[in-house]
Amino acid sequence: MALSEATHAGAQTEQGGPSHKPVRAFKNISAKLASLPMVFTALIVFLGGTIWTIVYSFTDSGLLPRLRWDGLDQYERLWNSRKWLVSIENLAIYGVCSLIGTLVIGFTLAALLDRKVRGEGVLRTIFLYPFALSFIVTGLVWQWILNPQLGLQSVVRGMGWESFTFDPLNNSKIVMFGLLIAGLWQGTGLIMCIMLAGLRGIDEDIWKAARVDGIGTVKTYIRVIIPMMRPVFVTSLVLIASGIVKLYDLVVAQTSGGPGISSEVPAKYVMTAMFGGQNLGQGFAASTMMLVTVVIILVPWAILEFGGKKRG
Amino acid sequence: MKLTTKLMAFSAIVSASSASAVELEVMHWWTSGGEAAAVAKFAEAWDASGNKWIDGAIAGGGDTARPIMVSRIIGGDPPAAFQFNHGRQAEELIEAGLLLDLTDVAEAEGWADIVNPPTLLDACTVDGRIYCAPVNIHSWQWMWLSNGAYEKAGVPVPTNWTEFTETAPTLQAAGITPLAMGGQSWQQNGAFGVMAVALAGEEAWLAVNRDKNADVVMGPEYARVFEAFGAARELSAGLNVQDWNQATAAVINDTAGAQIMGDWAQGEFAVAGEVAGTDYSCLPGLGEVAILSTGGDAFYFPVVDDAEITAGQKELAAMLLSPPVQVSFNSAKGSLPIRGDVDLTTVNECTQKGLDLLAAGNILPAGETLISPDTTTQLNDLMTEFWNTPSMTPAEVQEQYAAIIADAD
Repeated sequence: MALSEATHAGAQTEQGGPSHKPVRAFKNISAKLASLPMVFTALIVFLGGTIWTIVYSFTDSGLLPRLRWDGLDQYERLWNSRKWLVSIENLAIYGVCSLIGTLVIGFTLAALLDRKVRGEGVLRTIFLYPFALSFIVTGLVWQWILNPQLGLQSVVRGMGWESFTFDPLNNSKIVMFGLLIAGLWQGTGLIMCIMLAGLRGIDEDIWKAARVDGIGTVKTYIRVIIPMMRPVFVTSLVLIASGIVKLYDLVVAQTSGGPGISSEVPAKYVMTAMFGGQNLGQGFAASTMMLVTVVIILVPWAILEFGGKKRG
Repeated sequence: MKLTTKLMAFSAIVSASSASAVELEVMHWWTSGGEAAAVAKFAEAWDASGNKWIDGAIAGGGDTARPIMVSRIIGGDPPAAFQFNHGRQAEELIEAGLLLDLTDVAEAEGWADIVNPPTLLDACTVDGRIYCAPVNIHSWQWMWLSNGAYEKAGVPVPTNWTEFTETAPTLQAAGITPLAMGGQSWQQNGAFGVMAVALAGEEAWLAVNRDKNADVVMGPEYARVFEAFGAARELSAGLNVQDWNQATAAVINDTAGAQIMGDWAQGEFAVAGEVAGTDYSCLPGLGEVAILSTGGDAFYFPVVDDAEITAGQKELAAMLLSPPVQVSFNSAKGSLPIRGDVDLTTVNECTQKGLDLLAAGNILPAGETLISPDTTTQLNDLMTEFWNTPSMTPAEVQEQYAAIIADAD
């Protein structure tokens, strides 16, 4: 009721004269009022917090924040720190592999489940269960499974293959893949469910048409279905990407950054610097760099996505 | 009327007695077998005094626990008491006025006269006000050896570092890991510190850690230590554990020959029922120097608005340093009491060695009292990287160590 009245009033005022402010702002007022809390949260918490962090990254804050300007010293120290360089490298490896792995495995499982298999509900539940576990539990469980004395290696050796070795967590070069196994196990279930929902949204007629045209199943999936599921893939990408950037608790639970510093990740660098090293300035500098990386990837993509539409 | 009066009197008594029973949440990281037995003594004593000890133990060691405690404090929901090591870990909290001033308790109890060495109180004294209650003295400068392991290998138990490195190949041939080392970085950096004191000498160690002299790091004494530490890397191959007490367990089970660890390891041997001299041996200063470093733990009390809790905190602080509590706690923990006027109930030959060194004044300040947590974190990272990267040379580490010391505050 109020909405139509407001629009009516708006229309009348617009006809009333150029001295009145256009009241398009009052269109949809109940929706706008409802979104005010989120707007404030976004402005104050997200934007405000981000700006505060970036400002304080130029100070020499220790355990508590203080405004003692330090210029670019924190950034210099950051980029000279081998632990930071190792963390970025590790995140890149983990990120790329996790992205490709989750999408491929998630889509494959979804495609297989979509083929009207028996017990689909049961299988779906089983695949989704790991997602209910926290990263701490996931990390600890996989630490035990990958432990050479307790886990997979000793089980297989016990079965007879004496020379079987599977000890990624104690090997500096492949420890990130040990983390990757745990991460994929935890996160693929959700992506599978999202893909399944997307696949269910594909019209039956598309399948029939593809069959009539004689296109093989795999080709149908790759050439026809996946392009149609673009929004689903974008959603999955966002979810996976956010999981990658905030990788911290899995590392702490599974390897504690070890052996040595070979499985360090940026989020862990930030946490250790801020609370362990009691050096907030260094932590802020590191998290600002993480933000810059995300922005560098996000901004060109956003321009491509939304800039095109405006022109059209 | 009579019933009402009685009920009112009853509730008055009940509320009065419950008002005097203070519930204090105490956070610490003492979670190994020996440590838990020791902190239980504190809890017993506090509960026996009519109050309640709410235990806030955090597993994972100091590096995991301290960030949690700090974020509780600066987040506005502080515990009533928390444990840190002696030294600079609470420096900024004191300077920000977040911790309770205990000078009145210290004066009433006469801490200045009792606490030995006085550096334990100096570490938390800012502008003449005392902010902590030191509870024990722990020294990093120890090596623990398994008599059983050396017997199995058929060699006599080493009496210093040189003999240890010489007998190491024999142990390896017998399938025993010579040096047990956990995966956490503080253990590797700590072991390096012990080797520095033993192999480079007190003067050099003080020059680096107290005076932040990077030239001494680049000098020949420290070069020797980096070489020895590099060689020690190979001696720990074969054992993959994370926590310090898991490495001690390897020594207890005779699957490892020795561990460089502070005297808090004695608590583990005690819980396992091993006897000093018979089942295990101890070498202060790696048998090369006779020294004790005076680190240890202290309790700090965050400022809270509640006057009742503040009174309880002061009562707890006084209780922690009282003679009977000092005896029971330190006997269980394997540390030395901070007061010279008590006699520990269980003094095995290792604790006796420690007490003798303390009495003789052969002491060094602990690393945590000299180096800030920021520098410690950087050194931890460097030493763990060196320990786990066989291709990294002692010369490289030496340079980077010198750079960190040069920048240290």
